[in-house]
Amino acid sequence: MQLARVVGTVVSTTKDPRLRGRALLVLQPMDPTRQPLGSELVAVDSVGAGVGEEVFFVRGREAALPFRPEVVPTDAAVTGICDHWQSESPQPVAPSSRAARRPRRARKR
Amino acid sequence: MILAHVVGTVVATRKDERLVGSKLLLVQPVSPGGEPRGGPIVAVDTVDAGAAETVLVVSGSSARMADGLTDRPVDAAIVGIVDTVDMLPAVD
Amino acid sequence: MRLARVIGSVVATRKNRSLDGAKLLLAQPIDADGQPVGGTQLAVDAVGAGVGETVLLVLEGRAAGSALGRRGAPVDAALVGIVDPGEPIA
Repeated sequence: MQLARVVGTVVSTTKDPRLRGRALLVLQPMDPTRQPLGSELVAVDSVGAGVGEEVFFVRGREAALPFRPEVVPTDAAVTGICDHWQSESPQPVAPSSRAARRPRRARKR
Repeated sequence: MILAHVVGTVVATRKDERLVGSKLLLVQPVSPGGEPRGGPIVAVDTVDAGAAETVLVVSGSSARMADGLTDRPVDAAIVGIVDTVDMLPAVD
Repeated sequence: MRLARVIGSVVATRKNRSLDGAKLLLAQPIDADGQPVGGTQLAVDAVGAGVGETVLLVLEGRAAGSALGRRGAPVDAALVGIVDPGEPIA
């Protein structure tokens, strides 16, 4: 899954019947600092997202799963609207320093 | 899914028998603003698209979910013809 | 599977129902030297990973769904392991 901003919508009258009534959103994938990441793509909305919102989306065959039992022919689907996120900048970490800076703590399983 | 322009048709007499009867179109992926993106791809048309139209192309194993393409050896299918694309003013 | 570093977390109230309760983490794929490779992924956490940790990231839907324990969940990325601190990864 990746973060993205909804930057547009697509209107299509002639389309696969199972895409009818579904919102088609143009997404610009982005990194956690909101820098664009790669090309825009079109995704089917499953959560009621709108233009300007920050969302996450799923790619591949699993993009059809939100619409089950209907079989929707899509390879990208918006599956959530982000309230907020927290992120440190994705700086490289030297292997030697990695162990030292990682705190030990309890884990589930 | 990606947006693409239909730039041609592909005729193949010898092909996988499960592709017999499928219409193959050559499509050029484009940005929402219509700029070419990468190389052209061959996609199976399921919505009767025509030359110069802008279409929606679904890729990968998801392409087999398109109408009539179950179990066919395809990795790209045209599933819609685009009427309009509305974008945020700041983008494209 | 890829090596990745957990760099953050995402909170989303409105999301697909089958993602309810799932912890969503931002994971930056890295090479064996810890250098970022490719774009940041948003993954469901199946192992209790935290920010700063080096993890094993699967980028495949069926594997991610089973890691989450929900076979029909619309996910394509999951954290399935935490690389032990101090262990060489190259």
